[in-house]
Amino acid sequence: MKYKPVIGLEVHVELKTNSKMFCACSADYFGQEPNTHTCPVCLGLPGALPYPNKRAIDWCVLIGLALNCEIPLFSKFDRKNYFYPDLVKGYQISQYDKPFCINGFLTLSNGKKIRIRRVHMEEDTGKLIHSTLEGEKVSLIDFNRSGVPLVEIVTEPDFETGTEVKEYLQKLQQLVRYLNVSNADMERGNMRLEPNISLQKPNSNKLPVYKVEVKNINSFAFVEKAINFEIKRQSEILDTGKIPLQETRGFVEKNSSTVSQRTKEEASDYRYFPEPDIPPIRWTKLQIGKLKSLMPELPDAKAKRFQQQYRLLYNDSTILTETKNYADYFEEAVRNAKDKLTPKQIANFIINRKVNIDDLQPAKLIAKILDTNKTNVIDTEELKTIVKAVIKANPNIKIDFTKGKQNVIQFAIGQVMYKVKRKIDVEKVRELIMEELT
Amino acid sequence: MNRLNLKQAKEGLKKKSFSSVELTKACLSQIERSDSKLNSFVTVTKETALRQAEAADKALDEGIDMPLLGIPIAIKDNFSTLGIRTTASSKVLDDYIPPFDATVVKKLKDAGAVLLGKTNMDAWAHGSSTETSDYGPTKNPWDLKRLPGGSSGGSAAATAANFCIASIGSETAGSIRQPASWCGVVGLKPTYGRVSRYGVIAMGSSLDSPGPITKTVEDAAILLEVLAGVDELDATTSQLPIEKFSKLSKKNLKTLRIGISEDYFIDGIDPEVEAKIKNAIKKLETEGAKVETIKLFDPKYAIDVYTIIQRCEVSSNLARYDGIRFGKGRGFFADEAKRRIMFGTYALSSGYYDQYYNKAQQVRTLIIDDFNKAFNKVDIIIAPTSPTLALPLGATEGASMFGEMADVLVEPSSIAGLCGINIPVGFSKSGLPIGMQLIGPQFSESLVLSVANQYEKLTQNEDWRKNKPEI
Repeated sequence: MKYKPVIGLEVHVELKTNSKMFCACSADYFGQEPNTHTCPVCLGLPGALPYPNKRAIDWCVLIGLALNCEIPLFSKFDRKNYFYPDLVKGYQISQYDKPFCINGFLTLSNGKKIRIRRVHMEEDTGKLIHSTLEGEKVSLIDFNRSGVPLVEIVTEPDFETGTEVKEYLQKLQQLVRYLNVSNADMERGNMRLEPNISLQKPNSNKLPVYKVEVKNINSFAFVEKAINFEIKRQSEILDTGKIPLQETRGFVEKNSSTVSQRTKEEASDYRYFPEPDIPPIRWTKLQIGKLKSLMPELPDAKAKRFQQQYRLLYNDSTILTETKNYADYFEEAVRNAKDKLTPKQIANFIINRKVNIDDLQPAKLIAKILDTNKTNVIDTEELKTIVKAVIKANPNIKIDFTKGKQNVIQFAIGQVMYKVKRKIDVEKVRELIMEELT
Repeated sequence: MNRLNLKQAKEGLKKKSFSSVELTKACLSQIERSDSKLNSFVTVTKETALRQAEAADKALDEGIDMPLLGIPIAIKDNFSTLGIRTTASSKVLDDYIPPFDATVVKKLKDAGAVLLGKTNMDAWAHGSSTETSDYGPTKNPWDLKRLPGGSSGGSAAATAANFCIASIGSETAGSIRQPASWCGVVGLKPTYGRVSRYGVIAMGSSLDSPGPITKTVEDAAILLEVLAGVDELDATTSQLPIEKFSKLSKKNLKTLRIGISEDYFIDGIDPEVEAKIKNAIKKLETEGAKVETIKLFDPKYAIDVYTIIQRCEVSSNLARYDGIRFGKGRGFFADEAKRRIMFGTYALSSGYYDQYYNKAQQVRTLIIDDFNKAFNKVDIIIAPTSPTLALPLGATEGASMFGEMADVLVEPSSIAGLCGINIPVGFSKSGLPIGMQLIGPQFSESLVLSVANQYEKLTQNEDWRKNKPEI
């Protein structure tokens, strides 16, 4: 490619605390009757004051720690002033120049480090609903979401492809779910993303003079599409010698394109100033140390441990640590097996049979594997010989398989079973046939 | 009966000399008779008050003891009151009925108080005259052609005119002490963070301090004890334990070190004010107190700092009044609020923040240090509360910095978050009250109240104490 994409990302993660950021209202607003989770504070009534949610702040710091951030011992909240009907106070309580977490990174699977500029805490806004009431077009406001804690995670412009962005997002989602601080559900709006994309001219090490922000992206797949579209669109503009406009664009799902929403002549003036209603936060090293000790084992570390402790392959350990529940299930099964099965046997069974961990308790899983193995009295080497013989005797198997006819495998299995004349593990047979054919 | 102070009223109720209903009715009928002259109330809550008084009488009969049981109290109209219209004297909130009580109101109710109504103020507390109220100016009970001061002018006037037993005000910089001075009553501005701001319509959030306006120092102490304390709804309240303020600890005047600063007797100060304050200080000196001249920053710097910080905070605090959820639209803001919104918005704008807000905060830190240094040498600082006597109606016209100038002597201590009290020390020849302020370090209310109380006792039998406003 002629140009080098320079991509940065802002992600908002809604925390799943019981109560809102600055009041005692329930933060669980999804699907609730509009305006039933409100009080003077989250409605911004005259005289109401914010009282910060300690747990939300702890969780924000926990996310920062998981992203290898520094936690400055001094931090504060600021007011970000702007008008919008869903913003009750005419300002959002956010953090400006002293966020809770700074200078972190997240490592992608190819070893590339995406630098995290900052992780800060803020409050969510209400929600506008445009509808028709008795024939009249109206805009209604639901304040249930007003004041729900949001953590904003901002990266440096370190991404070069949509694929990298997608992997980062998957890892970030996995991380906050591991920390058990957010459902990070895209469809429910628990996780919102805004990439900014620009292209750097060849042989230039200066950052581009413009930046295009894309909004309305509600899935990881779309973020990749939006970025690809932008790279193509901006390349074409640069090819003609022009510079793309600095603007905010919206993603259009039906044709995977983006359209201009508003051009930013200059940066908005939010008139930030320190929030006088909340005293600054001063941490001690001891407090940060305590938070660190609350940190569960994170996915990458767990996968690495699984490789070493259980002698698993990289891929298998990555699959087993995809969610904390999945990993816990595996380890519980290993404990249950005592020495009757190796961790690798258990891992293979869980992964290959796509075991539903909600349906089968770890202890029952072990019993099942043992049972399956009991029927599999045949020696692997012996079985291999039979498989080889079957494939040799039926050359069509190989020919059809190369043509992509998957059901020929079923035929091959049948042939092997017929020859063995015993009840054996079908999966094992399938594995050996695949091995022979590929 | 309505002329009684809080302590006397409490004793009378306890001894069953009269009932709370009788006392409340006495206040209400005085309001009905005379408030058309003063305009000190925006809303009188007659029925609620009588209901509360009846309940208080029942509790008194049962021998229940609560610090304010059955005492009729007036509250400034910037305190949110459940089910009672709360306007902050602005037409923007003309029809706003809050669904919740301010913490101060809740504490008053929990202590058994009877709420007479909501008192007039400068709209949004922007001013020192109560002349900028959208509901018309309040007048000074000592001279109906003069201003009561402000912004808690309604509370100060109502207390001086015996429309209530005591009242509640709020001070950002001078709004309790200055009207108390002009109306000849006691006004206590507690340390910032001593009394919860929850439910007080925000003006300058880093400065606002609710406090009592009363007929005696002891009454102020009784009320402070009820109002003070940490509030889980206001993150800026102090964790410090509430002292037994009402016991009025006795500071030995012989060991008291009083600081006076010549800069607080500014050019243009009314000579009668200067003479009365100096005379009052002399009385304390005669009792053994040591008076030291100290050097403090010229109060004029505090005006600049205060003007910037307060207007920046105002511009943000008033943003919620967009008419979408409650109240009326922005068109209902009067000139003073509009001026402050524009000033604050400008000062916070990108490129100006460092020049104004940030610089002001830096100077604020210097002012705090300046006071800290002074309090290493002296226990309290005494100064005039206001450089002038109550000014005539119309004095604010065309004077957009009127408030800042009228409050020049209270702004430095407000900026520093200190506590201070205004106490009457006499009258001018024209019959207008003169007030003196005692300023102490943060959270030194006990000390300030003790000295103020001893001064009040010392001068209890002076002739001027017999003066009563004629309304």
